[in-house]
Amino acid sequence: MSVKVKHPRRPITFGRVTTYLLLVAAAAFFLIPVYMLLITGFKSYQEVSLSRMWLPPENFSLESFSKAWFGSKSEGFRGLSGNFFNSVWLTVPASLLSAFIGSVNGYVFSKWKFKGSNVLFAMMLFGMFIPYQSILIPLVRVLQWITQFTGPLQKGIAAWNLGGGLAWFPPWLSQFIPAYGTIGGLILVHVIYGLPIATLVFKNYYSSIPTDLVEAGMIDGAGIIGIYRFILFPISIPGFVVVLIWQFTSIWNDFLFGVIITSNPTVQPVTVALNNLAGSYIVEWNVQMAGALLAALPTLLIYILLSRYFVRGLMAGSLKG
Amino acid sequence: MKSKFWFMIVALLVAASMLLTACQPAAPAEEPMEEPAAEEPMEEPAAEEPMEEPAAEEPAAEEPMEKSAVEIFSWWTAGGEAEGLNGMFKIYSEMYPDVEIINATVAGGAGTNAKAVLATRLAGGDPPDSFQVHAGLEVEKYSPEEYLEPIDDMFDPSVFPADLLTMLEYEGHYWSMPVNIHRSNVLWYNKTVFEEQGLEVPMTKEEFFTVSEALQGAGIIPVAMGTKDGWEAGHVFEGMLAATMGAEGYRGLWDGTVSWEDPGVTEALEYFLATMEYVNDDNAALTWDGAGEYFIENKAAMMIMGDWTAGWFASKAYSDYGWSATPGSNGIFVGLSDSFALPKGAPNEANAKAWLEVCGSKEGQEAFNPAKGSICARTDCDNEAFKAVPETYEYLTSAAEAWSTESIVPSVMHGAAAYESWTTEFKDAIALFASTGDVAGTQMTLQALCVDAGVCQ
Amino acid sequence: MRNIKKDKILAILLISPTLLAMLVFIYGFIGFTGYASLSNWKTLKLDFTFVGLENYVRLFKNPRFIIDLKNTFTFTVFFLISTILIGFLLAVLLEQKVKGESIFRNIFLFPMAISFVVTGVIWRWLLAPGTTETGPLGVNYLFSKLGLEFLQSGWYTDPSIGIRAVVIAAAWQMAGYIMALYLAGMRAIPEEMKEAARVDGATEFDIYRYIIIPLLQPITLSAVIILGHISLKIFDLVVAMTGPGVGFSTDVPALFMFDTTFRGNRFAQGSAIAMVLLLMVAVLVVPYLIITNKEEVTR
Repeated sequence: MSVKVKHPRRPITFGRVTTYLLLVAAAAFFLIPVYMLLITGFKSYQEVSLSRMWLPPENFSLESFSKAWFGSKSEGFRGLSGNFFNSVWLTVPASLLSAFIGSVNGYVFSKWKFKGSNVLFAMMLFGMFIPYQSILIPLVRVLQWITQFTGPLQKGIAAWNLGGGLAWFPPWLSQFIPAYGTIGGLILVHVIYGLPIATLVFKNYYSSIPTDLVEAGMIDGAGIIGIYRFILFPISIPGFVVVLIWQFTSIWNDFLFGVIITSNPTVQPVTVALNNLAGSYIVEWNVQMAGALLAALPTLLIYILLSRYFVRGLMAGSLKG
Repeated sequence: MKSKFWFMIVALLVAASMLLTACQPAAPAEEPMEEPAAEEPMEEPAAEEPMEEPAAEEPAAEEPMEKSAVEIFSWWTAGGEAEGLNGMFKIYSEMYPDVEIINATVAGGAGTNAKAVLATRLAGGDPPDSFQVHAGLEVEKYSPEEYLEPIDDMFDPSVFPADLLTMLEYEGHYWSMPVNIHRSNVLWYNKTVFEEQGLEVPMTKEEFFTVSEALQGAGIIPVAMGTKDGWEAGHVFEGMLAATMGAEGYRGLWDGTVSWEDPGVTEALEYFLATMEYVNDDNAALTWDGAGEYFIENKAAMMIMGDWTAGWFASKAYSDYGWSATPGSNGIFVGLSDSFALPKGAPNEANAKAWLEVCGSKEGQEAFNPAKGSICARTDCDNEAFKAVPETYEYLTSAAEAWSTESIVPSVMHGAAAYESWTTEFKDAIALFASTGDVAGTQMTLQALCVDAGVCQ
Repeated sequence: MRNIKKDKILAILLISPTLLAMLVFIYGFIGFTGYASLSNWKTLKLDFTFVGLENYVRLFKNPRFIIDLKNTFTFTVFFLISTILIGFLLAVLLEQKVKGESIFRNIFLFPMAISFVVTGVIWRWLLAPGTTETGPLGVNYLFSKLGLEFLQSGWYTDPSIGIRAVVIAAAWQMAGYIMALYLAGMRAIPEEMKEAARVDGATEFDIYRYIIIPLLQPITLSAVIILGHISLKIFDLVVAMTGPGVGFSTDVPALFMFDTTFRGNRFAQGSAIAMVLLLMVAVLVVPYLIITNKEEVTR
């Protein structure tokens, strides 16, 4: 299939029709599962069955959504609302931090190569392939070792007495200290395990930027940090977009670390609460699907927000001069 | 650009509504962003105690005395089981109003996820106060001598059946308090279909196959089964094993007194293989309840599944079913039980022990079991309590009757009969058998597994 | 002129926290896992009695593991090829200045927002074949309604297709991201280059072949690495969608590892599985490293 664009005015050629047809077909493929997700969320549990999977619900009911979000004390659901913000406090800092550190790393690995830097980079990528289930026990051990030092700090902050309306602030802040069982601990783990991919994407991105820019900066007297700060960082937006999309998604959707490192239900991220909408022998699919949609909304929002940066010509200006 | 704008508005509206509902009500409106955070720190101080323990070596002496907690770890997350758990929590709170109950749960069929978290926590020295474990040899995986406290003194032998106590004993001690009993070898049959086809409920293996032939001829799925999760095959098989080996023989297989090369095992394997001919061909795509849909829709006639099925039928508002035992195993109750254990070094040991007492008490079990859809482990529970859930009343009372009169043998697929390492490999062997059909090879493997587990010679 | 040496030292300092973290949290743990795989660790309590390669021998005698390895290989090949192709084609389509580009883009990207578990369940329903007695379900049902019966199949219940059905779900989830990667890359290519080529008489096809695709090569490489690492570790999707499957036809090492470690308590065997996975990756990555290093040197 080749697309022949002969005129700048885009008439309705065979090529354009094919393009649109293919796009619509692809969209259908991508949307069918979403359709299934939606209609299941609107059904009652009686209606959920394989033989009726394609049929829309007889009565559209928001009950599953409210059950999923608020939980149901009588039926023992915890609901997503309690854990929703844990995920926010976890994902936003962790994504931003890992993206930033990844960008610095990518910068060094692409513009400031030294002897052995390629080997180091490759080793960083290679190490990423270890399955996380096999390192859970040593990970917990190391975190507990770290908690020896940060635990007292955390307790100390939590015990600050800022009277009245600000009383909630110290305990909330203390959650960000990296330790076993805190959101800070989760952030630490996610940043570390997110670094290889962030570094990879940025290294690629910076590699495609010509070294003349760097050299020009050096002639102007800037050093390694200055070049990053004034030249490369301002044009890194597409790189950040790509990395942030990835990191936000994988951290928001992570289950394993969330359930192992933070064992207290009030501190756990929303994915654990989502998983707990299921029962041990029986899963109420309508509630589960409703919950899944609710849990996916923030990520979708981020995509929509960030996708405006997929614009052309970001690089157009940098080649001149 | 305009569509972008509307996207943003909708997004903000959605975000705002989520924000508002994630907060507790009655909070000042000035800084909506901060409100939701307010609820967490409120619960943090009490919750922090169990979290600090791992770094500390000394016992729970450093807890401030204002408010203590008890962390209960289970995989009972939704539906009837969570309701039942809440019922027990209520009783506990009435007795100990100053103790905060932390309901730490991790969902995942029969505790697969929970066990991973539990193993990591126990090995890492951060145990919960009490955790759910199947009664029986499954407790071995937690190295009881190392990580658990024996609770022998909590048992009143007069209220627990002797067979159950035998099941619970490991290395001369009792390690967990049973809350309920489920039966594994139940045959559910669709009354409408059986009536229409003019068939009788099969009591023996031969009758089972005659009935299945007839059903298949009539275009009805004889046995609805879902094998997607991998354990269902083993579950169906253990009932057949009980049928062909009898109660004594079955028990002997698991304690090493009967060899797996016994012809009864061959018979059971062949029984299973023949049954698979009458199972819906898409069984690999369905979970057991997915297959159960065929049953409810009168497209399938029979189902062999544990008695949590009764609770599921109730949630689907379906009651047109009858029950019997896996054909040939009538009179044998293949049982499993959920129980709670006490880890060594539990942060709030006294509270944990109180919890175990509630679990083992008459009131606790009467609160828990009707909601869960199981029967009491105790023999002195009042049948009246089960009227609280009328849909399952009939089944549960008949099950309680069976529990007190039939021969009780431990279920293997649900952690009672064998160490979990053995159970896992047993499950794999039967799952593989379902596709290879190699009776002799599988039998040899089963014997080898027994030897591997150190039970057979 | 700045002191280059000082800058080089700063460079190393800048990446040293990352290197330290990798050393402890990745290589330290790999070492732990490696040593555990040579031990007799079968209980909750750490037991590092050395038993040599016994776990590996036991592993390779296990029929489930051999099937798993085959499945991983099949899955990786099909997944990488299909996802990269689909992602690339979608990016090309969106590059054609289409109306409503952002809507299409968001549609394609949305699946990634959904967790693997939910994807698995939905696709399990979609690809559930149904039975002869009760009629087709899922996509088979759609096909029968559209008169496309020849497309029906047993999907993942058919051992000969097995894990390739799971590829469909995985590709659905990830193709959007690969499309995003390629789109970002394509848009970084200056328009002048393409114009110049057009002026020289090249067709669009030529432009793609000789300019765009080669310039996107680092992105393809990143895609291979990212997708490859997902494919080797794939767990949630398989558990939710198919479980181990008929005769383990959709089983994967991560599933086996989880089973054997946390249910079977065989931590040593679980570690051995992890090490085998790592070794498989090493076999592919190390030669590549040597080649690229040589290229760097000759530059």
